[in-house]
Amino acid sequence: MREIKASDITAVVAELCMRANYELGDDVHDALEDALAREESPLGKDVLSQLLENAEIARSEQVPMCQDTGVAVVFAELGQDVHITGGSLSEAINTGVAKGYSEGYLRKSVVGHPLERKNTGDNTPAVIYTETVPGDRLKITVAAKGAGGENMSGISMLKPSDGAEGVKRFVVETVKAAGANPCPPIIVGVGIGGAMEKAALLAKKALLRRIGEHNANPADAELERELLRLVNDTGIGPAGLGGRMTALAVNVETYPCHIGSLPVAVNIQCHAARYKEVML
Amino acid sequence: MTEAITLQTPLSDGDVEKLHAGNRVLLNGVLYTARDAAHKRLHELLQAGKPLPVDLRGQVIYYTGPTPAKPGRVIGSAGPTTSGRMDVYTPALIAYGLKGMIGKGPRSQDVLDAMKHYKAVYFGATGGAGALLARRIKKAEIVAYEDLGPEAIYRLEVEDFPVIVINDVRGRDLYAEGVRAYAKT
Repeated sequence: MREIKASDITAVVAELCMRANYELGDDVHDALEDALAREESPLGKDVLSQLLENAEIARSEQVPMCQDTGVAVVFAELGQDVHITGGSLSEAINTGVAKGYSEGYLRKSVVGHPLERKNTGDNTPAVIYTETVPGDRLKITVAAKGAGGENMSGISMLKPSDGAEGVKRFVVETVKAAGANPCPPIIVGVGIGGAMEKAALLAKKALLRRIGEHNANPADAELERELLRLVNDTGIGPAGLGGRMTALAVNVETYPCHIGSLPVAVNIQCHAARYKEVML
Repeated sequence: MTEAITLQTPLSDGDVEKLHAGNRVLLNGVLYTARDAAHKRLHELLQAGKPLPVDLRGQVIYYTGPTPAKPGRVIGSAGPTTSGRMDVYTPALIAYGLKGMIGKGPRSQDVLDAMKHYKAVYFGATGGAGALLARRIKKAEIVAYEDLGPEAIYRLEVEDFPVIVINDVRGRDLYAEGVRAYAKT
């Protein structure tokens, strides 16, 4: 049994919220540099340069890259042998989010009820997913998820006969319908299988992967490469103004599913893939 | 690429008619921020024939909800939000006299029709460049709906705020033209 204090969880979550919003991952930075080199559209190149300059300003001045500092989507991988003391895990996380969003001068972008729409004032509650894993560590990942990409996401309950072609069609349709709205170049998370909600969760988890890493299953990795090509063929480009670099990556996650189902979810992420993790 | 056009707000019909999709513009003067919640309130006032809390005739609305300003700064990060969410409220505002909007993403046909009829222009600012764009904002104060927090109406004073004309009064659409030029499918 290993003890982890709720107050320590709060402290690291606050830190992760701030760092996720100020510091773009080096893999995303490199992908943007690569996109800039490969982009053919002059306007597209200009946009990419601005995004790189923006990320540098955010990092050096410790300010948010984007005004949409998002809802905090928090993944906790809780070791079976961990005993959390001094409070509940979800309270510790929410207190950390409130602290991080206040001390970090981040925007409070959460409403308490989706129809009443009154701002909660402290960016809580977070959207929390907890998974129990073997061991005695607690891994916390905080993803700042803005509305731009999120609103362009979608799910479709395909028929098994639709197959891989059906999946490709749905992904490309979703990206085309999104156009400029999710601030391209985007990162596309694709979740295939599971059940309806599992496919969506897979799609989101697919976004928490370093750019350049592929699915371990060779067929899924090939699908990722094919989807990236198809998405970039849409010509949407940086800021949707036309260009060759519409997506930096397409990541696919799969899970076993029902003999009669083929759920596909597409979670769109803007270029500012903002997530940070820590192991307690 | 061609040089940018420098414009001062408020905008006249003449200013708007001179702009073409694809023109780079540097905006100077006052911008008013408003997004979903503020637009809902403004729309309700217009429908009821009541005055708005701010005179928006001739003005430009910037669709943004900024992060709080760090001490010593004018404003936090302030890039554009997705304009399409404000589409349903926009034709009435344009009819009332709004001359420009800054955001990102395409507008509905109703908005484009109102822009053509009443002479208004839609500008795009670079989505995601919130820290970079904030540098062009020299002054910021809440002038209405403070209770909405980041969704309040701010009056901003900007210097060379860089935007690009997405839709002009002739019905051209920079997004459609750009995608057509680069699509391989």
